Amino acid sequence: MYVRDTIAAVSTPPGNGGIGIIRVSGDMAAMVGNAIFKPVYDGGLVSHRFSFGTIFDPTSGESVDEAMAVYMRSPRSYTREDVLELHCHGGWLVVERVLALVLSRGIRLADPGEFTRRAFLNGRIDLIQAEAVMDIIASKSESALQLAQSQREGALSKRIDDVRGYLLRALALVEAYIDFPDDDLGATDIAAISASVEEAQGLVSALLATFEEGRILRDGISVLIVGKPNAGKSSLLNRLLNENRAIVTHIPGTTRDIIEETITFEGLSVRLLDTAGIRHTDDLVEQEGISRALGKIPLADLVLAVFDASREFSKEDQMIFDALDGCRTIAVLNKADLDQRLILPDEDRFEATVRIAALSGYGIDLLKHTVCQQFLHSTTADSRELVVLSRARHRDALVSAEQHLQRFTNGLLDRNLELLALDLRGALQAVGSVTGQTTTDDVLDLIFSSFCIGK
Amino acid sequence: MISYDQIYDVIVVGAGHAGCEAALAASRMGCRTMLLTINLDAIALMSCNPSIGGLAKGHLVKEIDALGGEMAKNIDATGIQFRILNTKKGPAVRASRAQADKQLYRLRMKRVLEQQKNLDLKQGEVTSLYFESGELRGVELQSGIRFLSKTVVVTTGTFMRGLIHIGLNHYPGGRAGDQPSIGLSDQLRVLGFHVGRLKTGTPARLDARSIDFTKLETQFGDDPPMPFSLSTERITMPQLPCHIAYTNPHSHDIIRSGLDRSPLYSGIIEGVGPRYCPSIEDKVVRFPDKDRHQTFIEPEGLDTIEVYPSGMSTSLPIDIQIAFYRSIVGLEQVEIMRPAYAIEYDYVDPIQLHTSLETKGVKNLYHAGQINGTSGYEEAAGQGLVAGINAALRVKGQEPLVLGRSQAYIGVMIDDLVTLGTKEPYRMFTSRAEYRLLLREDNADLRLREIGYGLGLVTEPEYAIFTEKQRMISEELERIATTRLVHSEMQLDVLASRGLGDVQKGTTLEHLLKRSDVNYSDLAELDTVSRETPAAIREQVEIQTKYKGYIDRQLEQIEQSKKLETTRIPLELNYDSVKSLTTEVREKLSKNRPDTLGQASRIPGVTPAAISILSIAIKSSSWKDTSDRCTQ
Ligand SMILES: Cc1cc2nc3c(=O)[nH]c(=O)nc-3n(C[C@H](O)[C@H](O)[C@H](O)COP(=O)(O)OP(=O)(O)OC[C@H]3O[C@@H](n4cnc5c(N)ncnc54)[C@H](O)[C@@H]3O)c2cc1C
Repeated sequence: MYVRDTIAAVSTPPGNGGIGIIRVSGDMAAMVGNAIFKPVYDGGLVSHRFSFGTIFDPTSGESVDEAMAVYMRSPRSYTREDVLELHCHGGWLVVERVLALVLSRGIRLADPGEFTRRAFLNGRIDLIQAEAVMDIIASKSESALQLAQSQREGALSKRIDDVRGYLLRALALVEAYIDFPDDDLGATDIAAISASVEEAQGLVSALLATFEEGRILRDGISVLIVGKPNAGKSSLLNRLLNENRAIVTHIPGTTRDIIEETITFEGLSVRLLDTAGIRHTDDLVEQEGISRALGKIPLADLVLAVFDASREFSKEDQMIFDALDGCRTIAVLNKADLDQRLILPDEDRFEATVRIAALSGYGIDLLKHTVCQQFLHSTTADSRELVVLSRARHRDALVSAEQHLQRFTNGLLDRNLELLALDLRGALQAVGSVTGQTTTDDVLDLIFSSFCIGK
Repeated sequence: MISYDQIYDVIVVGAGHAGCEAALAASRMGCRTMLLTINLDAIALMSCNPSIGGLAKGHLVKEIDALGGEMAKNIDATGIQFRILNTKKGPAVRASRAQADKQLYRLRMKRVLEQQKNLDLKQGEVTSLYFESGELRGVELQSGIRFLSKTVVVTTGTFMRGLIHIGLNHYPGGRAGDQPSIGLSDQLRVLGFHVGRLKTGTPARLDARSIDFTKLETQFGDDPPMPFSLSTERITMPQLPCHIAYTNPHSHDIIRSGLDRSPLYSGIIEGVGPRYCPSIEDKVVRFPDKDRHQTFIEPEGLDTIEVYPSGMSTSLPIDIQIAFYRSIVGLEQVEIMRPAYAIEYDYVDPIQLHTSLETKGVKNLYHAGQINGTSGYEEAAGQGLVAGINAALRVKGQEPLVLGRSQAYIGVMIDDLVTLGTKEPYRMFTSRAEYRLLLREDNADLRLREIGYGLGLVTEPEYAIFTEKQRMISEELERIATTRLVHSEMQLDVLASRGLGDVQKGTTLEHLLKRSDVNYSDLAELDTVSRETPAAIREQVEIQTKYKGYIDRQLEQIEQSKKLETTRIPLELNYDSVKSLTTEVREKLSKNRPDTLGQASRIPGVTPAAISILSIAIKSSSWKDTSDRCTQ
């Protein structure tokens, strides 16, 4: 529960970065600023102005770091409360030390998501916006950002309102037959009621069907590259990376381990996992690497199976084939510029087959496009116009609505209007909880505890 | 002004359906009570339709009865046709309705009032409330007398600045044949109340001798007629049928030809009318494609030739009225005995009331009935009962009775009124109740009898009957949960003949009763004890067993909302000091001043976020000092 005291937290990601930001929100923000920050130009902190100076320990008088500080007076701040931000050098030790200084002034460490929770509670943003902010922060790609922004602009809310409209219409009909038995309304028009419910059901299940895509837009996909040692995995990887310098993480490992790179294809965030070459070997370390690679296959959203098209189908290729059972896979036939000897035994089991020449770059664009097509089914490539579900809470609410509607459909035979009304109301309430109309404190607590600290 | 030398505990202004219940409740609770009304010959008069009950309204009447009110007993004693509506639908939406002998209804209520201990009945028009040093102390009458009291319940119905319209003619009146009440609403306005204007209408009363009933469909009541009141053993009044007639395209042409002289369509009437009870011209204009509208021709009593054509209210001029009614098949020769008319009247927005029905602006003043913007006898009576009870409780220095939305339709109605206010006449519907499955006619006593008894409105013998019923229900529920089928020859025969051959040996009767193809009468064939169960107990056991799943779901919802419903918002809360609320929400809350968070959450535009903020503000009491906190 939100209490109106002053809170603080580090709002940059953990680890050593260029700068570290400590954010303070609440009535005591200015007091803290004045107590531990000394601006170069005397005159104290002016609201919404950056000032340069030093952070010092008021008990010892010792200087802790050079820093920039900005004070934002309520209500013109992120939380609508008084906010102080201290931008210091990013070394983790320094950041920790500054935070400790702030906390020593009687200020509480913020709970996860508490800043945004306050912004929400103080009426600055609504529930969907609050969630979108979280997505914007977590955005790993253009598409995720666009999705978050479109949700912030209310595209999803609008669709939810449509669902509500149909349900309300059905409910109104049911209620009319209940409350006006003597008014000559004619026999209960179950068909009209269920037609309206079916419209709502259609929208709900269409929305639910977008959840997978929404999740992908938000979180991106993982693509595993497998192939025998000389099929051209590494050159494919290099080719993909060269053209996309947006390397976010690079977890180095031994050559036998899995290499992970994150890049974007047409706005979609793609985590590429390169694995050890698959082959028969007696080398224990290499065996370990291979079995890890094979173990990863079922976990990936998509597998790129790289084959050397200039050679005949081999035992190693068969091993890969076996491991791919049931996985979404694109067959990548490398070395398309050489003589083609490969005949894939069962080409239909792949989602697609793409011919490339990794060294020259031939077919790479087509491959990227093909990858995206596997996930972005919507007709428009601009995710700003998409209405998709991307949050588990929304999905859960709609699943619950769907259950109520299912119960409604099952009850149609009995034609017990008062029970049908109950199901419709249940569905309405569930649907309403997406836009924040009928949400409870418990739900809010859950939402805000999933916010990452500092934002 | 001459001051009368007695100080009453409770003065009730107006002896309509609200006023009668209020006065009876207060006097039965031992308070010195006076009931003042403009015309003692028009007590509990049915201004409009000669009937009581219907969907949600029947529920209200049964609740009034369970709490110890009079309406149910009065209609049982004077009803001339009884019907249960929606018998083919579920138990929660079944409702009782009865035609009344209008004059007998009024006369019996007058007799009950006259015989009531602690109650004085007087004729007179109240022109103002009387205050001493800012406190309400009584009322003043047109005749120049002042009556003193500790509390006042105002139930003036359609009378305050009543204006009757027939075509383009209009004249002051509280209803046809009665004087309006002038002065009182002006004073209320001066006192700071928001006083608005509403409108309603009534059809003509027709001469039955001029109607050819052979051309109409006949509709009889139920046989035997089922009474409303728990205290009525059986209906003894003679029973009469109603008749059904229809308008036709020609009728509609006549209506259209008179619209230019309709006070409604020519803009003379400013008050807002009820959308759910439109006049015939409204129906014709709004639904031009409908080529007929139905009317029930209802008798106004046993000894009168006057009949009431329901749904045919109008404010069109008299020549159009005559032509229109005569265009209906069977009514070709009809004579109008009293013309149809519309009436505009002042009401006081109930948003200015607490859930006790006491006004927020004036302490010890209560409003009930049509003055609160409701319409209907049952709605009025329900409020009157609560206002009378709460005035009496105030006199006794006790906490007010507030019925919850999960407890009674009366609770739903009052909560709606005081939370949302009224902008058009408010009528009860079952759809207004979110816990509809729990608020049934059949369990009104289980919900409310205890409360009525606690207040002293339910007599010892009545209460004894109730506790006995309760005991029998729980025993029977227990018994069917533990009695198992033994598959005796007799049981196997019955099961087979019912197509229940699949029922296993050892199945409990409860389990069996849960099946949609089994009802209690089947149980009665399967085991001898069930045969002996009285009808009222059977009904409860059957409903409670069959609907258990749904009932439990609703109970769970009630539990979830309890926290909000029971969190009180301090009276002195200054919403402007709760900075985190948006301006819009702040304005709404300042205007409505809800008593609880639950109420606040039902005000449109008050978001869940706002409720969270409010609940925090209340808990931390930070609203007291946020405005002048030091920021350094
Ligand atoms: C023309 C008309 C049409 C209606 N149509 C419908 C309809 O279609 N459907 C429906 O449900 N309801 C209808 N009603 C409403 C129904 O009659 C009322 O809702 C119900 O009677 C209200 O009960 P009440 O106790 O609040 O007021 P009323 O029954 O109106 O009683 C008010 C009482 O207060 C007395 N009184 C008023 N002012 C004073 C005063 N200053 N001093 C002393 N006594 C005073 C009056 O004499 C009267 O006895 C209609 C009413 C009218 C007049």
